[in-house]
Amino acid sequence: MHVLRYGYVAGPLIGAFWAPVMAIVACITVSFLTGEGLRPTLIPCAALGFWLGYAGLPARGRELAPRLVRAGLLAVVPALAILLLGSAIVPAADATPVHAVALAWVIFVLASVWPVRAMLRPLPHGRATRHEFEEAVIRFLTGFGYVFFTAIVAVPFYVMVMTSLKNQSELLQNPLDFTIDLSKGWELLRSYQELFADFNFGSYLWTSFYISVITVLLTLLFSVPGAYAVARLRFKGQKAFSRSILLIYMVPMIVLALPIYIAFSMAGLRNTVIGILLIYPVTTIPVALYMLQGYFRGLPAEVEEAGLMDGLNRLQVIWKITLPLALPALASVSLYVFMIAWNEFLLAFMLLDDPSKFTLTRGIASLDSSEVPRQHLMAGAVISTVPIMTLFLGLERFMTKGLTAGSVKG
Amino acid sequence: MGDTGTSGPPRTIGPLQKREVRLAWSLLFPTIAIVSAVVVLPLLAIFWISFKPIGLADLRPPGPVVREALRGAGEEARIEYRVRNSSQSEAINGVTLSDVVPDGVTVRELDERCEISGLRINCVIGELEGGARDRISVFVTIRGDEAAAEAAIEDSEPAMTGSGKNILTNLEFTLANFAKIFDGKEFWGVLGATLFYTVFGTVGALVVGLFAAMLLNREFRGQGVLRGLYLFPYVAPVIAVAFAWVILLDPFSGSVNELLVQMGVVDEKINFFGDRPLALIMVTVFEIWRYFPLSFLFILARMQSIDSDMYEAADMDGASPFQKFWYLGLPQLLGILSVLFLLRFIWTFNKFDDIFLLTGGNAGTRTLTVNVYEQAFAVSNIGAGAAVAVVIFFCLLLFAYVFFRTMSQEEGL
Repeated sequence: MHVLRYGYVAGPLIGAFWAPVMAIVACITVSFLTGEGLRPTLIPCAALGFWLGYAGLPARGRELAPRLVRAGLLAVVPALAILLLGSAIVPAADATPVHAVALAWVIFVLASVWPVRAMLRPLPHGRATRHEFEEAVIRFLTGFGYVFFTAIVAVPFYVMVMTSLKNQSELLQNPLDFTIDLSKGWELLRSYQELFADFNFGSYLWTSFYISVITVLLTLLFSVPGAYAVARLRFKGQKAFSRSILLIYMVPMIVLALPIYIAFSMAGLRNTVIGILLIYPVTTIPVALYMLQGYFRGLPAEVEEAGLMDGLNRLQVIWKITLPLALPALASVSLYVFMIAWNEFLLAFMLLDDPSKFTLTRGIASLDSSEVPRQHLMAGAVISTVPIMTLFLGLERFMTKGLTAGSVKG
Repeated sequence: MGDTGTSGPPRTIGPLQKREVRLAWSLLFPTIAIVSAVVVLPLLAIFWISFKPIGLADLRPPGPVVREALRGAGEEARIEYRVRNSSQSEAINGVTLSDVVPDGVTVRELDERCEISGLRINCVIGELEGGARDRISVFVTIRGDEAAAEAAIEDSEPAMTGSGKNILTNLEFTLANFAKIFDGKEFWGVLGATLFYTVFGTVGALVVGLFAAMLLNREFRGQGVLRGLYLFPYVAPVIAVAFAWVILLDPFSGSVNELLVQMGVVDEKINFFGDRPLALIMVTVFEIWRYFPLSFLFILARMQSIDSDMYEAADMDGASPFQKFWYLGLPQLLGILSVLFLLRFIWTFNKFDDIFLLTGGNAGTRTLTVNVYEQAFAVSNIGAGAAVAVVIFFCLLLFAYVFFRTMSQEEGL
């Protein structure tokens, strides 16, 4: 390990790891932007990074001339690698246009040079202290982390949106081509227009919306008094109760869905919105109760006691003191419950067969057949994602709090 | 309970506290009532059903079905009731039929099993074997318009009684469902897939989440944006992201396959969700992708509540960044990590939608929860599905026991 702690060892190594990653990123980015195939050759990339990691070490008072000479001599490594194994980024086919390759090179160089220099900033040329060495490694890992996470999160959503704007033949011809032809104008949104016109998505959207809102209201109606009782009142069985709430919260939906399916089939509640509205709040009440009781416990009891002294009864205290104080928590819980109800798939899928009563998730599930082209499926996915994302980004503060308080529901 | 000691707090409860207890229970009552109706009852039902030889088709109990028609004309005019058993296998008992003869129609001759009182015909058919059919003819004379009489006759719905044994409510039990699901290699395959998915999905999401939390545990411009972005996989509807993955990784025209081919990584396109054991790995990767935001959010919240004084002291003592993380940061996170591990373990174990949407449980990705659906709806054997559900429930009880044991040691979430 100690041999690693020399700037002239650690620097080139960091460069040699970073550059191939960036070459891959550059190729994927350009492919997804232009639809052209590109091929990174890893060893020349690593050799370039290796050289960059040496040449990029901070000067720290070293003289320019010997630095340049050493860097110049070391340039043999990448030159040799490229000579033997070919260029770092090559077109996948002869037909690949030059501008795509050039764009990939520009991205590759920019994304290598600047970050590698930033990573090497703490390193000296010679022996590094443990601090300096680890600082450089952490910078490398951090840079890698940002690229990695942004890529894995962004790519599926990018593909979802872009696919919904294309048509079947374009998609089959070149699955990499996500360029959109802006001159088509409104024609781009054709899948969306067809979903609303021919597939009834307007009605699904509305059903999902009002089912989610009613679920939120019903959940609050039941969970607020329950959470208050658990948090504030002393009674036997309090602990057992809060534990059984947590336990119920852990029962998998599929276990309940089977008997509910049977009971609803017999009672004629299958295929009704009422049936869905009977079930959804019950799946969310335990979570809501759990979140709210935690919040109620954190409120100062003195304010409520003062209210009791002044002659309010408990219910009035809840209504006039506790609830106004708990408004932020209520907002978090409402958002969280709305999200669960909006995203719910299993029960809607099992209980609803009649297209006039479909929720959005059930509607999308019905698009999953070989007769429906995939851009429709992706347009449906976008339609269901956009409202919840907008809500989430607009109220991120509440949502984040709701998620952390709402614990670890899957 | 009397107050026996002379010191210490009183053990009886006073009227004020009695009122509080009453209030508490009345506030809890609505929740308890609705939760027991929709959670506890179905749980009991699932135990009951798991011992029943019941298929999807048995949900409608067997009963008599009748079709009524006016046949023949003049001398031969007769009302004909064709009765059959709706079930092909179960017999039904005590079958009777009763109908009203409309005005303008007089009964001439009755079937021997019937009698008439006023305008009402009552027939006793008795037992109908499974799949049996029967016919009852009532010869009538029609005065006036035949078409109108026919319409009137067919308008009056005959009432039937008779019931077969309802497989759901009778007392016939069987262990066949459990024998079926525990039988052979299939069960071990399912259990193996479940364990792989649960263990690697949970650990993976925790580790990736920890890494993401460390990335964002610093102040910089755009931190809020990135935090919001990294939560996307969890917030988006599962059906949307699952289908996006399926299309992205499609074996014929998926972008990822095309990319890999173009980049020269593979020669042939890969069937990500169709080949063993790759499919199981891919659904686990999806699970990690979808749920790392949750772990990341919790771990980040905990990290931000760690006192920075300690780190400053460590800096003074010359601790390196990795040392600080390993000896100071990580121990403080152990509590939240273990709680998260247990909860995520339970939730991953319970997960159904993700696998169902990605592979439908094919190619070696059938976990226990997917098996419930598979048995109950794909194979139409509700009893076997319920038996799997019972197995899941017992696993859950075991996990919950471990969870509460650990929770009482850790500070609560």
